[in-house]
Amino acid sequence: MLLIECPHCGPREQTEFTCGGEGHIVRPDPATATDAEWGHYLFMRKNPKGLHYERWFHAHGCRQWFHAARSTVTHEIFAIYGIDEPPPAIDANKAGSR
Amino acid sequence: MAKMKYSIFSLLRQARDYHRGWPKAWRSPEPKPSYDVIIIGGGGHGLATAYYLAKEHGITNVAVLEKGWLGGGNTGRNTTIVRSNYLWDESAHLYEHSLKLFEGLSQDLNYNVMFSQRGVINLAHNEHDLKELSRRGHACRLNGIDYEMISAEQIKQIAPIINISKNIRYPVLGGSIQRRAGNARHDAVAWGYARRADEFGIDIIQNCEVTGIDIENGRVTGVQTTRGPIKARKIGAVPAGHATVVGNMAGLTLPVESHPLQAMVSEPIKPVLDTVIMSNTVHVYISQSDKGELVLGAGIDGFNSYAQRGSLDVIEHQLEALCDLYPIVKRLRIMRTWGGIVDTCPDASPIVSKTPVEGFYMNCGWGTGGFKATPGSGWVFAHTIAQDRPHRLNEAFDLKRFETGFLIDEHGAAAVAH
Ligand SMILES: Cc1cc2nc3c(=O)[nH]c(=O)nc-3n(C[C@H](O)[C@H](O)[C@H](O)COP(=O)(O)OP(=O)(O)OC[C@H]3O[C@@H](n4cnc5c(N)ncnc54)[C@H](O)[C@@H]3O)c2cc1C
Ligand SMILES: [Zn+2]
Repeated sequence: MLLIECPHCGPREQTEFTCGGEGHIVRPDPATATDAEWGHYLFMRKNPKGLHYERWFHAHGCRQWFHAARSTVTHEIFAIYGIDEPPPAIDANKAGSR
Repeated sequence: MAKMKYSIFSLLRQARDYHRGWPKAWRSPEPKPSYDVIIIGGGGHGLATAYYLAKEHGITNVAVLEKGWLGGGNTGRNTTIVRSNYLWDESAHLYEHSLKLFEGLSQDLNYNVMFSQRGVINLAHNEHDLKELSRRGHACRLNGIDYEMISAEQIKQIAPIINISKNIRYPVLGGSIQRRAGNARHDAVAWGYARRADEFGIDIIQNCEVTGIDIENGRVTGVQTTRGPIKARKIGAVPAGHATVVGNMAGLTLPVESHPLQAMVSEPIKPVLDTVIMSNTVHVYISQSDKGELVLGAGIDGFNSYAQRGSLDVIEHQLEALCDLYPIVKRLRIMRTWGGIVDTCPDASPIVSKTPVEGFYMNCGWGTGGFKATPGSGWVFAHTIAQDRPHRLNEAFDLKRFETGFLIDEHGAAAVAH
């Protein structure tokens, strides 16, 4: 189980949060996107073994969304950042990419 | 390689000699420089694929490469529920084909996979559950799959330990049963396939991790492994939780995400339950092993993970539901908990497919419920690799469906993770 530092409420138990999955997915323009692009947007995921930039929602707290950079191998959280912020650079080796 | 036939006579003969004469069930060969087909992943699905390549298609110059030990992945971690009561025609036919193969598997493999058709019950706790179950039941019966709706009282008759009182948070309103469903011994399925594949001359190579896939002009030529490069004309990947990692080696992006899924067993007790009972709504399922342990399955953790362990709150949640439904378990101790990494797909259906890379085939996305499909998955995947086109039974499970929108939404039939 994780201890997650909500940017608004401070460290809280993971059970207060829901994970919103991969972050920074850009929605293509539905009017011009091809089926392949749209399918990619809807369904394809990076699912890395290692560093993952993902969204979290403080469902049982302030009900705000934010981002986390976390290792999917060790579960260590390297950074928490705003929902409108770009992903911070993090050493992938540190995140245990293998 | 001629193998000893397992039978009551071989057992008696070996017993007389204090079981010292059993031969190895399969060889541990060094990898050859090249093969016709390489299978990545020595779980049940990979080993079944190798077996059916030999048996159905006469292709025996095959290696199965496994990074750990045989069946050490989800094959050896699952709760062994086998059933075929899925909603859509595509899934129903595929899982039913698999269930039929299970029915003759011990004979076919000359290996006791302990397939026990003890029935699988699904519980309904609200109006919606009842409707979902009966809708699925009608669909199943149209597909020739046995399925009955049963009342709470009938369930109580089959499983006296269940609490059907109206005064619990999620009372049991009724349910469904597939009587031909049940469970099987997971290790035996992997070992049985391995032994028979080996008999056909297929090389099963453990402790051999694939680290790269060689592609020339859009066609596979071989793999890089921790035991050196190996050439191959065709490669079939069946890496379950590591689908993305292996897919990426061939330049593919996949719609799967890896999550931990947990299960546990209680201390062993006398026989109290001779069927399998699952509940989607309160998310718990239970059966009893031959050793007497109650086998309990939980849900997945909500975040992506490759660590083979899940969170405690998931287990707590599940055990709360369990105690409500089966009050006699309250004072049992949990003996072991463990996790596996499952490859979940957006429509809760697998991908058994050709890929844009020629000679590279992908079999993944079985998520929380692929044990039941082991024989069927191997069977259709072998066909897909051998013929370079899918079998009728798996053509809908193509990677392309995430582009065409032809999803096979089985979230109802696969809601509880098993
Ligand atoms: C707790 C739990 C309970 C479950 N309960 C049920 C159930 O009741 N009923 C049901 O039908 N299903 C169930 N499942 C799901 C089922 O276990 C899986 O869908 C199924 O086992 C997948 O089969 P497999 O043989 O493909 O996977 P695995 O046994 O995981 O095999 C994949 C293999 O690939 C290997 N591999 C990965 N990457 C590489 C590489 N780069 N090089 C070499 N080898 C590699 C892995 O080491 C692994 O051994 C459960 C799963 C879990 C975790
Ligand atoms: Zn908060």
